[in-house]
Amino acid sequence: MSWGTWIDLNAGNDAMKWPYPIRYGQEDAVDVDVLVLGGGIAGCWAAISAAEQGAKVAILERGSILGSGAGTGCDHWQWAITDVPGVSLSAEDFTQALVDNHGGYNNGISRYIQARDGYETLLELEEMGGKVRDTEDTFKGAEFRDEQTKLLFAYDYENRIVMRVWGMTFKRALRSRLRRLGVDIHERVALTGLLTERRGEDATAVVGATGLNVRTGAFNVFTAKATVLCAARPQRIWTYSTELAGSCDLRMPGAMGGGYAAAWRAGTEFAMMEKSIPAGLSINPSAPHGSGHPSNTWYPCTIVDANGKEVPWVDRDGHALETFEERCRPAPGQRFFIKGGGQSSLPHQGLRDYQGPRLTNVDTLVEKGEIELPLYADLPSLPAHERRAIFGLMVGQEAKTKHTYANYTHAGFDPDRDMLLSYQQLIGGGGYGTSAEGAKTVLGFPSIRNAHSGTTGGPVVDWNLRTNLEGLYAAGDGMLGGNDHSHAATTGRYAGRRAAWFARQATARSGSREQIEAEKRRVYGPLQRKDGVHWKELLAGINKTMQAYCGAVKSEGLLRMALEAGEDLKHVVDTELAAVNPHDLANALSVVDILTAGIDIIVPACLARRASSAFLHFSRAEYPAMDPPEWQKFVTIRQEDGVVKQGERPLNLGAPFEENYLAHRPAAPIGA
Amino acid sequence: MSEENVYLSPNPASAARPIAIDPEKCTGCNLCVNVCPADVFVPNPEAGRVPLVLFVDECWYCGPCVDECPHEGAIRLNYPVMWRVPWKRKETGRHYWLGMKNPPPPNDTPPA
Ligand SMILES: Cc1cc2nc3c(=O)[nH]c(=O)nc-3n(C[C@H](O)[C@H](O)[C@H](O)COP(=O)(O)OP(=O)(O)OC[C@H]3O[C@@H](n4cnc5c(N)ncnc54)[C@H](O)[C@@H]3O)c2cc1C
Ligand code: SF4
Ligand code: SF4
Repeated sequence: MSWGTWIDLNAGNDAMKWPYPIRYGQEDAVDVDVLVLGGGIAGCWAAISAAEQGAKVAILERGSILGSGAGTGCDHWQWAITDVPGVSLSAEDFTQALVDNHGGYNNGISRYIQARDGYETLLELEEMGGKVRDTEDTFKGAEFRDEQTKLLFAYDYENRIVMRVWGMTFKRALRSRLRRLGVDIHERVALTGLLTERRGEDATAVVGATGLNVRTGAFNVFTAKATVLCAARPQRIWTYSTELAGSCDLRMPGAMGGGYAAAWRAGTEFAMMEKSIPAGLSINPSAPHGSGHPSNTWYPCTIVDANGKEVPWVDRDGHALETFEERCRPAPGQRFFIKGGGQSSLPHQGLRDYQGPRLTNVDTLVEKGEIELPLYADLPSLPAHERRAIFGLMVGQEAKTKHTYANYTHAGFDPDRDMLLSYQQLIGGGGYGTSAEGAKTVLGFPSIRNAHSGTTGGPVVDWNLRTNLEGLYAAGDGMLGGNDHSHAATTGRYAGRRAAWFARQATARSGSREQIEAEKRRVYGPLQRKDGVHWKELLAGINKTMQAYCGAVKSEGLLRMALEAGEDLKHVVDTELAAVNPHDLANALSVVDILTAGIDIIVPACLARRASSAFLHFSRAEYPAMDPPEWQKFVTIRQEDGVVKQGERPLNLGAPFEENYLAHRPAAPIGA
Repeated sequence: MSEENVYLSPNPASAARPIAIDPEKCTGCNLCVNVCPADVFVPNPEAGRVPLVLFVDECWYCGPCVDECPHEGAIRLNYPVMWRVPWKRKETGRHYWLGMKNPPPPNDTPPA
């Protein structure tokens, strides 16, 4: 029985009728100064800061503001440097360290903004109602607490570059502020495309966007003087299993790359899109942070083997750490350490300089018979404050993992007495996440990759966080080098302000009717067929294509095959892709966005880099030498009239950071 | 076991049943429906009744549906079988599992 027949069987059954009014093709028009695309962390901050500058602001979000985005919660506020009590580092030095930690392949502009504005942003968040201090004195006397300010820190207790926070309070605080500022909120509207205007020979301006209501199927036309792209980045490019239900991807399923696809079609310049990492444990067998491990949220938890024997910790030089306290201090002679920073398939100086303490490589210990599987996270053995910080605060107060806390404790789990199983043996190596890809990548290495975790590629921005297109700004995960919560917050806040300033000087915009009509034809195309290729089948086809022709080992021949197969998949989109209701249609369009991200952006980016790179986990069979000097640069791509244009940018983007930051800060408010 | 009410039905969309709603406690207010980022639910065609958990395979286990529900215990996240992680009680060496048959009493300690 085909899917279409199944639907026909239900015809006339009122109980099966679509519960929302169907408004296919009907247009809702909105005109504002600043339009924000995506209501996650960056989007909320962009809308708030633009509205605070007096701009008329609209925000569109595929889901709901309160529930959507990777950042409904947050347990670490990373890398706020300037003005943080007790921090002696400068934002300049820290940004340079973060850039070096990635071998130069990071966004120094946005990272400097994060380091410099991060604390100010946190204090604003606190004013809005976010909880950032241990006001109840639960952790009084803990080594990671600043007794005066009651702020709590993580990882490197001497240098305090990461804070522990009550992330589940953040999104609600942001939404209240959005409402109070009168921001025009459009929930259940998925971005489908950007509206553009040609400006002279080769300049394009973004003048708004189009959206699809995922419940009613109505078409939204937004016109705006400035637009801020905050829709995060694409995922599910190499793999997605609905069967593994929610455990497949770290980022939320709704974030499928609509922002990248729309920006690409409009002509936005991207960099680092050739970077992807082995997908590792994307089939994580447990609830979020619901198995024990020694990193991230669970840092620095003790891991023991089947007989209760501790797996030793080592510092960056491989020296065994004797005491628990040493896990939260830099190694002798090291200034500070960064967790969640650079990864590379080969060691390099910038990695070593800032590498933190870690668990000894488990694989080796098992092989030598020194430890016996399974492994457990030994919470009971930790100092009381550490145990409470990990399980009570980090797991218990982050919006997603608070449900892990609730479910586990309800089932009787007691961190004072119980050791949670660790799946470390599945992950391999000494950490959570993977940097395990060998320098010599061999054929047959699993070709399931991901380009959405860690510091990733994306739109290139300048010191206004503006893309190469006039009127288009970008923030958060959905930009070159994006990755984390406070980065999303600070860049959203900064970009929203810049967009509002630009809007003050810009003239009114209107989208061209021709563009709008063409987009409507594209958007509603799959409704012409109720029987055909469903979005899941198309997604699987894309995944397989990417695994086969753009996997761990790449070559000109394979990548050209990917492009050819991609043309075939586009033909499927034009002639076979089917959708039967607005939800189905929205998913179908998202899968088309994944196709754009994979075939149109990632594959040409891989073709453009004709060298292997350890920093980018990038292996080209015909160019085995890793990171030859002439290729130590960003390779950029954009499309113009369907033709891919290549370019390049030097590494160390944005340096010298402070000087550039100040030079781009207006002396007086613009246009006020 | 009934031999009469057997119908054609497709396989479940997902290996998991992420959401469990207690119809006795749910008032059909649809707050969960309207906060869910993925539109996993649709409202019941009959107003005031339990929402339909329709797109189960898109659930992300993020939990705002549970947080928004005004009625304690009306809705909960149901961790699927492959997520039922074990733990070991240190003093006894005994293993416990999420969802086990005779579970230990709940631990009432709230988060920090
Ligand atoms: C469980 C979890 C815990 C985390 N904990 C931490 C932490 O402790 N510290 C930390 O620094 N980072 C953490 N992160 C990462 C952090 O949450 C993200 O880096 C951050 O949310 C990025 O913000 P963003 O606004 O760029 O993207 P998001 O918050 O993902 O928001 C993007 C928004 O765009 C919307 N969107 C996407 N496509 C479309 C479209 N086509 N149309 C309309 N809307 C669209 C999405 O629905 C979403 O709401 C965590 C992530 C997860 C998943
Ligand atoms: S857990 Fe999240 S995705 Fe799943 S139904 Fe609830 S709100 Fe929706
Ligand atoms: S929020 Fe609670 S009471 Fe309201 S419809 Fe959902 S489960 Fe029922």
